[in-house]
Amino acid sequence: MQILPILAALRRHKAGTILIALQIALTLAIVCNALFIVHERVERANRPTGMNESNLIAVQNRYVGAPSTYLPIIRTDIQAIRAMPGVEDAYVTNTYPLRRGGWSLTARTAPDATKGGAQTALYFGDEHTLKTLGVQLIAGRNFTASEVGSFERQESPSPPQVIVTKTLADKLFPNGDALGKVIYYRGGKPSTIIGIVAKLTVPWIDMDFMDSVTIMPLTFNDGGQSFMIRTKPGQQDAVFKSVPKVLFDVNRMRVLPEKYGIRTFETVRANAYEADRGMAILMSVVCGVLLAITAAGIVGLSSFWVGQRRKQIGVRRALGAKRSDILSYFMTENFLIALAGVVVGTMLALGLSQWMFTHFEMKRLSFTYVMVGVVALLGLGQAAVFAPALRASRVSPVEATRSV
Amino acid sequence: MFSYYLQLGMRSLRRNPVLTALMVMAIGFGVAASMTTYSVFRATSRDPIPQKSAVLYNVQIDNWGPENTEKGEPPPALSYKDATALLRAHKAERQTVTYPIGISVIPEDPSRLPVREGAYATGADFFPMFDVPFIQGQAWTLDDDERHASIAVISKTLNDKLFDGGQSVGKQINIDGHLFRISGVIQDWAPQPLFFDVPNTSGFNDGASVYVPFNRAVDLKLPNNGNNNCVADPGEGWDNYLRSECIWLSLWAELPTRAAAESYRQYIAGYGAEQQRAGRFRWAPNGRVRDVMDWLSVQNVVPPESQVSLVVSLGFLVICLVNTVGLLLAKFMRRAPEIGVRRALGASRLHIYAQFLIEAGTIGVAGGVLGLILTGLGVLGVGLVFPEPIARLATLDPMLVLLTLVVSIAASIIAAFYPTWRAAQVQPAWQLKSN
Repeated sequence: MQILPILAALRRHKAGTILIALQIALTLAIVCNALFIVHERVERANRPTGMNESNLIAVQNRYVGAPSTYLPIIRTDIQAIRAMPGVEDAYVTNTYPLRRGGWSLTARTAPDATKGGAQTALYFGDEHTLKTLGVQLIAGRNFTASEVGSFERQESPSPPQVIVTKTLADKLFPNGDALGKVIYYRGGKPSTIIGIVAKLTVPWIDMDFMDSVTIMPLTFNDGGQSFMIRTKPGQQDAVFKSVPKVLFDVNRMRVLPEKYGIRTFETVRANAYEADRGMAILMSVVCGVLLAITAAGIVGLSSFWVGQRRKQIGVRRALGAKRSDILSYFMTENFLIALAGVVVGTMLALGLSQWMFTHFEMKRLSFTYVMVGVVALLGLGQAAVFAPALRASRVSPVEATRSV
Repeated sequence: MFSYYLQLGMRSLRRNPVLTALMVMAIGFGVAASMTTYSVFRATSRDPIPQKSAVLYNVQIDNWGPENTEKGEPPPALSYKDATALLRAHKAERQTVTYPIGISVIPEDPSRLPVREGAYATGADFFPMFDVPFIQGQAWTLDDDERHASIAVISKTLNDKLFDGGQSVGKQINIDGHLFRISGVIQDWAPQPLFFDVPNTSGFNDGASVYVPFNRAVDLKLPNNGNNNCVADPGEGWDNYLRSECIWLSLWAELPTRAAAESYRQYIAGYGAEQQRAGRFRWAPNGRVRDVMDWLSVQNVVPPESQVSLVVSLGFLVICLVNTVGLLLAKFMRRAPEIGVRRALGASRLHIYAQFLIEAGTIGVAGGVLGLILTGLGVLGVGLVFPEPIARLATLDPMLVLLTLVVSIAASIIAAFYPTWRAAQVQPAWQLKSN
């Protein structure tokens, strides 16, 4: 390939060359960072919770008034829900994954330890919890009905039996022998680990202890409760529609908030990751438009060059150059410019990523993305220049004899 | 001359419709992306209370110590102990403590369902301090605070819901079974960012529809509906909670002069020192007294998504500009013979500059119009990208319209500088010869 003559010719078009290279460099910097953000956000929004999320409904309920205890009305409610046709199972809790609000504290292996231990989220429930959520018990057993108790606001929750996630169990007992061991929650009495579940995430979406969860066989005696309902397959819509009526028929003194009152778990997930989904959409649109504009810019400038050099092309053709020679000349020229562009662009991309890393606590760009971006832009350049190059190759040798 | 150059420009643009369309679209898309994300950024970084933001101060006291705080930043809220001590000292012209309470309002009409409402427990000074607009009655008084009165201020929306918008001052409202007398009705008021309760709202939400006196709320043990952070177990019961180092209260002070702010800062440092002497704090006094804008910036109210998308779309605009420079260069240089003729016939370089910058300006105007349409669509579509409480703050107001047009025209003229300079360098003799 005749690279040297191409470089020599490019020296006569410094401005255009630099502009195309610069545009490719900037596009690469933005596109691979944007695509990386898209990837990261989509991955975040699809993180599993460890539950079977289909046919699951979450109800956020607030009792009104100030009865001396909420326990009987909670019990009546949950019995009414379980009795609904189409309901497979249900239980009452303080919070659930992706709700973005809940309770966490430290679990330790000794009652008076002040250091160590592991941060854990608390889910209150009963013997129906595992089945309703569809989480997988990998060791030990479920709660029994007789183990389920209650506790008051300002009391420290610490039942005699708890079920924990494998992550929490391994953190507290790195030897893997957590089952049957006693642990202590802050301010509480000893609790024995009677079961271990494979995975269940905390109610928040940004925590450094995402999989560290304790399920306690307790009902929190409080006016705010969440009901989790597993429906039979195909019955989700029917149950979803009739839940409010069933609950209000049992007891009118309650509020089911308009927005977050009753949600299918798909909605819970969509609400939780709203901002991430938005960023992914925005960045995808930006990438698409940016690539289109860059391609259009290359087509425009290449067409101009072809127009400018018709005479030279004609001379080359008259001196024996084949059509394919002309075509490959322009393709190679573009490739060289794009190559310079992606080299600079790689540095810009890494710089931008570093800047966003320090300013917005984002992850550093993975090198795969830069590579994908490099290949994409080189390909884009070749595709964009193809039409003008083809036109150039059709210039007739007669042009050499005409004045421009 | 101007109109002649304008005509020339229009004719030239019509001659290469594809190239022209490319440039217009590049500028239009670039400007629209930047303006749309800017509208969100502007909304999230604006001053929620411009007339008073410099005299309202949030107060922080470090009751946790260096072990439990990061980089010396005191916790974002106060404990009950500190908040009430500062209130009692009354070192500011006005001051108020707030915390969010979750309440249900029970309508008198038994056929209507109870409604859940956002609410704050606060002091009488809250309303004059933050310029809360009343449409009926007025705020309760400092005396009502002292008497722990059962008195409330409600929003217009709630007044519409409960009293069909009628006169409700003096009437009773049933909050979770407790009766409160209504002293006033305010307009639906929720400055965005919701500066007085950033730790619990991240700055953006609907605000509250009920306000009740802090002292009364504490008497009724109305639980805090916001974040509650403790570094040690508070122990059982409400009284232990009030005595604990758990943080859940915001304290705001109005300090009308710089001197007042300075002496308040000294007072806060003195308070910390006093607590250290008393043995409660085992660390040097570490308090903060920050005005509204400072407070919002320290609390990172502008979501990172908004900043990242603004940075990315500004990068996008730069690329569109580079693109336009390239296309303009191609377009202008293709007309080298024409420039040669004009120069030979006596046009000075300055004339060439004027002609081509005006041509670029027309592209800018066209790009601006396209950009405006796309910005309008973008602002409508912000809801797809940003969460609802933030998305609805982004609006296409006259300022943004003007800015869009100015940015497009400025961008296109900046992009045209280099190509125009090249055009003006064309040697007439050389062009005429080759023709």
